[in-house]
Amino acid sequence: MNAGAKYEAVIGLEVHAQLLTESKNFCACANRFGAPPNTQTCPVCLGLPGALPVLNRKAVEYIAKTGLAFHSKIAPESRFARKNYFYPDLPKGYQISQYESPVCEGGRVEIVVDGDVRTVTLHRIHLEEDAGKNIHEGSADTSRVDLNRSGVPLMEIVSEPEIRTPEEAVAYLKKIRSTLRCLNVCDGNMEEGSLRCDANVSIRPAGSDALGTKAEIKNVNSFRFVKQAIAYEIERQIAVVEGGGRVVQETRLFDSARGVTVSMRSKEEAHDYRYFPEPDLVPLVLERAQVEAWARELPELPDATRERFAREYGLSEYDAAFLSEERAAADYFEETVRLSGQPKTAANWIMGDLTRFLNEAGGEIAASPVTPERLAEMLKLIADGTISGKIAKTIFEEMFKSGKDAAIVVKEKGLVQVSDAGEIERVIEQVMADNPNELAAYRGGKEKLFGFFVGQVMKKSGGKANPAKVNEILKAKLQPPTDSQ
Amino acid sequence: MEVLDAALSRIRAVDPGIRAFLTLMEETARKQAAAADARIARGLAGPLAGIPVALKDNLCTRGTRTTCASKILGNFVPPYDATVVSALDKAGAVFVGKTNLDEFAMGSSTENSAFQVTRNPWNTGRIPGGSSGGSAAAVSADMCAVALGSDTGGSIRQPAACCGIVGLKPTYGRVSRYGLVAFASSLDQIGPLAKDVRDAALVLDAIAGKDPADSTSADVPVPSHAAALTGDVRGLRIGIPKEYFTSGMDPEVEKAVLGGVDVLRRLGADVREVSLPHTPYAVAVYYILATSEASSNLARYDGVKYAHRTSRPSDLLEMYMESRSEGFGAEVKRRIMLGTYALSAGYYEAYYRKGQQVRTLIKQDFDRAFETVDVIVTPTAPTPAFKIGEKTADPLQMYLSDIFTISVNLAGIPGLSLPCGFSSGNLPIGLQFLARAFDEPTLLRAAHAYEQAGGWHKRKPPAAGEGSAA
Ligand SMILES: [Zn+2]
Repeated sequence: MNAGAKYEAVIGLEVHAQLLTESKNFCACANRFGAPPNTQTCPVCLGLPGALPVLNRKAVEYIAKTGLAFHSKIAPESRFARKNYFYPDLPKGYQISQYESPVCEGGRVEIVVDGDVRTVTLHRIHLEEDAGKNIHEGSADTSRVDLNRSGVPLMEIVSEPEIRTPEEAVAYLKKIRSTLRCLNVCDGNMEEGSLRCDANVSIRPAGSDALGTKAEIKNVNSFRFVKQAIAYEIERQIAVVEGGGRVVQETRLFDSARGVTVSMRSKEEAHDYRYFPEPDLVPLVLERAQVEAWARELPELPDATRERFAREYGLSEYDAAFLSEERAAADYFEETVRLSGQPKTAANWIMGDLTRFLNEAGGEIAASPVTPERLAEMLKLIADGTISGKIAKTIFEEMFKSGKDAAIVVKEKGLVQVSDAGEIERVIEQVMADNPNELAAYRGGKEKLFGFFVGQVMKKSGGKANPAKVNEILKAKLQPPTDSQ
Repeated sequence: MEVLDAALSRIRAVDPGIRAFLTLMEETARKQAAAADARIARGLAGPLAGIPVALKDNLCTRGTRTTCASKILGNFVPPYDATVVSALDKAGAVFVGKTNLDEFAMGSSTENSAFQVTRNPWNTGRIPGGSSGGSAAAVSADMCAVALGSDTGGSIRQPAACCGIVGLKPTYGRVSRYGLVAFASSLDQIGPLAKDVRDAALVLDAIAGKDPADSTSADVPVPSHAAALTGDVRGLRIGIPKEYFTSGMDPEVEKAVLGGVDVLRRLGADVREVSLPHTPYAVAVYYILATSEASSNLARYDGVKYAHRTSRPSDLLEMYMESRSEGFGAEVKRRIMLGTYALSAGYYEAYYRKGQQVRTLIKQDFDRAFETVDVIVTPTAPTPAFKIGEKTADPLQMYLSDIFTISVNLAGIPGLSLPCGFSSGNLPIGLQFLARAFDEPTLLRAAHAYEQAGGWHKRKPPAAGEGSAA
């Protein structure tokens, strides 16, 4: 038995999502990035003496809708709290967060791993504000602070420690991301930090109910890094225990260049945040009618879309999950199906060529030069035999590059399929005449050469010959003439 | 403009002996006075048109430095006005200057100012009370008509009592705190210091109401407080809490206060005893909760931004420690340490949470008492103004100066102090009126009726600055 199988991992994720509100969480400053340092600030987010926070109602709506999407209990009354610590990018010396009574409690996230659906329970979702940013460039011995990000609304989604593998962690994170994007409450951009993830990882003997000592891995900012960091951390902890040591409670940082986690601070050095209720804000009261109204406004969520795609269109679990992950892709798929009536073929083209070209070009599906209308038209041309599936690959590429309709590309490139028997026969006869040795061999019993003739005919026709027709006519033509006597 | 000139010349003549002001705002005042004159000429005068007002120096004033009497704020000049400052400006007030206070409003004598000691106009050897001591002394010595102060545990009422004027702490949430540099956010409230109840009511009318910039300001309609002053207290039920008249009270204070109660009885009020059983815990609870909030509110003065920064720190930790160590005074440091301790892991339950629970009990005491009475009357402070330096070495003795005022902030109800007599040493003695939350009209009506009958407000301090020393 190897060491890995003796242990199981216990993983909990804390996801921070920046909310797509117009203004910051507690002031009217714009919630936007890229402005010159400290230009999107006011007395409130600069933490000037006497300034007071006023809660952004839109941020409340966004977190409540997120909670509803994940089946959380929306608290009729919740409270803000101060998390106290000193850091230059924290202008008030405390962060306004939630502690004892968050907006959302409980909830669940469904994930699909290896075709199986699993549920991860949520602990809570709470609302808080972001800090600013320290800038170290320019001078060796001084740092500067940009407070444009100070006060931007952040939602923290905390899972129960029910995740068992790095793959489940990635599936969980992807589901969070796709749901937030579907709700249009967070853009989900991990590279730019609008979605950030901390992972709590511990190990225990397989089958045990005990909880081991956990390490918290900070700020893992891509799906790949989440997988790498957790996998590394599990291996590291197993090695520590197998070596007779004990895992210590600590905060670790993922070093993506080396693919390892390194110790940042131990439990003894951990901050005492001295949380207490924020006296500058009154308790947040959410009327039941308001919460119900928000629930009615929820769009179809990725889980529901996935189930519907599998049921209505007969897609596989994998295809349904793929196409339902992003609202834009789901919409694209459904529009293509509506116009073409061909769900399975549409799914194959979207998941295959379209995704590949979009990835290469770095484009969004909603802005694809091949629109659902154009893709549907092309699928019809294949179905009615105007073009072959093979030629369609060339046509699709041209449509993607030029943004033209399928019919126009077909016409311009002269790519209409040749199905006329007489024309195909003429090409076949020419090929037979050009290859007497192969013909003799075939007729002498080397039937493997059939493929050779098909290839030659297709080549000679410039790929335009209808392959089914070619097969049919070629088979007849290649028969020895004696048989017909 | 003549009113302003008179106030400014009075300040020049008197303030060198009193030292109520930290910053004069002559330029701002002249502009405001000219604007007020123009509006008066057009018949558009606001209720406070041309009235000289002093502002406690923990209220942010756009373009005028705001120090909180602390070195740590350095030369901080706010880019905005506190909501109350804008409101008074709109009502036509003229700002003569910013007044001295205990550093960050932490104290009961104004001796904790990092800059100067303010003297009591009745006796310049005595403290003016605190923390709004500068505002109280300025009104008392007639250097302005009214002033704004802030009251976290008695900081308007106790100096008003010491200086023989009217001081009103409104209901928590009645007046916006936006632009008031926070000491303890759940207790702080801005209010007027004035020569009589009517002036206090007029200022309250100008500053009360919901402010979208302060979430804790209350969306409760604002009645006209000036119109509430009918002079009639017949049938008004007035409660005297027995817990406030126990051992150790200064006999002269007790006599003056009970004399005041007799006046109210003669005016037709129905005076009866009430009980506020949790009173003995108020000071302890206050020093846990107020310091906890303060430890967090004062974290922003870290040397990174506007606040004082030590010269040439070798690293971030040293910058924090040295800047704060140099910038804060002893009392502020003491309270930051107390509050940090009360909120720390392992102590939170025993101190902060327990404190909140007792705060609820104190509030319930008042709720119960106000089921049977409309107004409660107590002494404002246990003694008249004490000598400068008398209690600076003993913080606990100093804290007890607020023993009768602190519960009111914990309960969030309104309280007012006005003079009800004088000690044998000719020092004013304060009488405190309390009412239900948002019932300032009844509070002011009772106080005004008493004031008109008692007449103590007409007595003026000896020509301040030329006055005697104790
Ligand atoms: Zn702002």
